[in-house]
Amino acid sequence: MAKKVALLQGNEACAQGAVYAGAKFFGGYPITPSTEVAEVLSVELPKVGGKFIQMEDEIAAMASVIGASLTGAKSITATSGPGVSLKQELIGYACIAEVPCVIINVMRGGPSTGMPTGPGQSDVMQAMWGTHGDHAAIALVPDSCQEIFTETVRAFNLAEKYRMPVQVLFDEIVGHMRERIEFPEPGELEVIDREAPSVGPEDYKPYDSTKGQVPPLADFGSEYKYHVTGLNKADDGFPTTKASLVDAEERRQIDKVMDNIADIESSEEYLTEDADVVIWAYGSTSRSARYAVNELRKEGVKAGMFRPITLWPFPAKRTAELAEQAKAIVVAEMNLGQMVLEVERVAKGNCVVAHEGRVDGDPINPGQIMDKVKEVL
Amino acid sequence: MAYDYEKSIRPGKLPHIWCPGCGHGIVMKGLIRAMDTCELDRKNTAIVSGIGCASRLPGYLDACTLHTAHGRAAAFATGVKMAKPEMNVICCGGDGDGTAIGGNHFIHACRRNIDMTYVLMNNYIYGMTGGQFSPCTPTGDLASTTPYGNPDPIFDISKLAIGAGATFVARTTAAHPREIDKLIVKGIQHKGMAIIEVIDDCPTTYGRRNKFRSVIDMMKRLKAEAVPVKAAAKMTAEQLEGKFLTGVLFEDTEKPEYTAQYADVIKKAQCA
Ligand SMILES: Cc1ncc(C[n+]2csc(CCOP(=O)(O)OP(=O)(O)O)c2C)c(N)n1
Ligand code: SF4
Repeated sequence: MAKKVALLQGNEACAQGAVYAGAKFFGGYPITPSTEVAEVLSVELPKVGGKFIQMEDEIAAMASVIGASLTGAKSITATSGPGVSLKQELIGYACIAEVPCVIINVMRGGPSTGMPTGPGQSDVMQAMWGTHGDHAAIALVPDSCQEIFTETVRAFNLAEKYRMPVQVLFDEIVGHMRERIEFPEPGELEVIDREAPSVGPEDYKPYDSTKGQVPPLADFGSEYKYHVTGLNKADDGFPTTKASLVDAEERRQIDKVMDNIADIESSEEYLTEDADVVIWAYGSTSRSARYAVNELRKEGVKAGMFRPITLWPFPAKRTAELAEQAKAIVVAEMNLGQMVLEVERVAKGNCVVAHEGRVDGDPINPGQIMDKVKEVL
Repeated sequence: MAYDYEKSIRPGKLPHIWCPGCGHGIVMKGLIRAMDTCELDRKNTAIVSGIGCASRLPGYLDACTLHTAHGRAAAFATGVKMAKPEMNVICCGGDGDGTAIGGNHFIHACRRNIDMTYVLMNNYIYGMTGGQFSPCTPTGDLASTTPYGNPDPIFDISKLAIGAGATFVARTTAAHPREIDKLIVKGIQHKGMAIIEVIDDCPTTYGRRNKFRSVIDMMKRLKAEAVPVKAAAKMTAEQLEGKFLTGVLFEDTEKPEYTAQYADVIKKAQCA
């Protein structure tokens, strides 16, 4: 049977991916350029018995998402930079309380209101370091409408599997671009549900990690009664200031991600095998990078592209290998130098690391990248 | 026979963190009695709070308890209730938590008329952080950040709730413990947003600074200033000067409840 196809905008593809993943709750606050995610989910969620609520602000939206998730509903919110800034407080809450949820950030430029309708990639460090305190982060950066669909599904899977917030960052270009999408059949993409507790209500401890780094999460309103707090807590969920317990819990919450990078990581490489110069680009910028690689190859330059799809945890191992292989890595991103700092960190001076950035609301074009490559080679 | 509070308290969680004489404990006992009267199934009951001394209350109670971030209780609770409308949802917290940092969430939860019971402990101060003034600290009073007397006007929480659209609003004080559970019971039985404001006391950071020599003095003040709505009807404006009303201040059983409204949205979406 032929697959269902449609011409969808990135934001619409995201909403459809959420439904495919089994989302049952959306709490949000409108903001350009992410609004269509909310609009489509306001149509689709009630059809599957899910709930859509427009809250009074992004803090409330994030709070509602965490509350809903604790009842067992797969939960999602969508916003852009200014909204993520407000959500940061409770993204940290979802980290420490270990509550699965998906946060879509359709990135625009600028600090503050910036350029609401212009694209940007300047929230990539915020996705890692935005909330206060030590924590791990997972952030995915799709570059096409189809990939937005699949990465939204994967974001839910990772959130449920690792019991934490997962961010999907796409820039305004990908969010508003329209492309042909093939809808996967039910069952075609893996859909992961959160693990149910294996012990009875009397023995349940919401942060008991003796059986694994990610303790199972019981639903509020089931047979299980337990306590959730944003304070540092012991395995029973109740606050503690005991140094050894606090230390162990904080480390476990980071280790559960960092020990499983192989499972979380995803990237694409294009002509990197023999590359002398690697263009390191993500999201819509990788489209220009791919074009630049093709043009440079025509001119006899051995260029290749590395495109992280999982941006956090940072693809350190592969980036370091490429730094050893290549003469130069050119990081192209719509900001004034963010992921390039990580690339420099892991390249350890083994190759030239250059940055090609742009923040004027126009996309980075292939010519711009090619010029930079020629400059550094 | 003494009332059995123990069965509602999580084993090993006492002693609580509250100072001797703090009103929050009186409110907690009232809440326990109310939940017993309503025979709430604790497994199916979420008790949600923000941050502050008052917000530590849920941790002691045997239920699904959610101690969130400062001011955010109503927003978390909205998510819980929307996702699982069959759950009983109770919010609790302080005046600073609910009406300063959480003011926006508070008024919008009232506006939606979502079915929950919000027990707001108004002790006129930020207790947990050491006695800074809150939106409910009486004008002229002393707080650690109003050393010359508080220049700010106050929020009247109950009026705020009524104005914002809550459909059950009641007020009492920690000096009227028997009324606390009666009003909470009514709030739980009410279908919609029920606000129960309990004016209580913080001897440690408010009382001391404002020359209340003992908790008894603070209780006397609450008794002197509280006027039941019925009694107030027979009093002149002059007699009511400096007093506040207690009892059920507002009730509306007509306004639709939010999750019921959303159930209709689901029906429409599924028929379309
Ligand atoms: C975002 C944030 N800002 C400030 C604080 C500090 N803080 C903790 S409790 C509190 C005030 C609590 O006062 P109230 O809600 O009236 O409760 P009480 O302690 O008097 O019971 C403040 C300001 C915080 N925890 N989080
Ligand atoms: S500081 Fe005040 S509000 Fe906090 S526990 Fe002590 S008396 Fe109660």
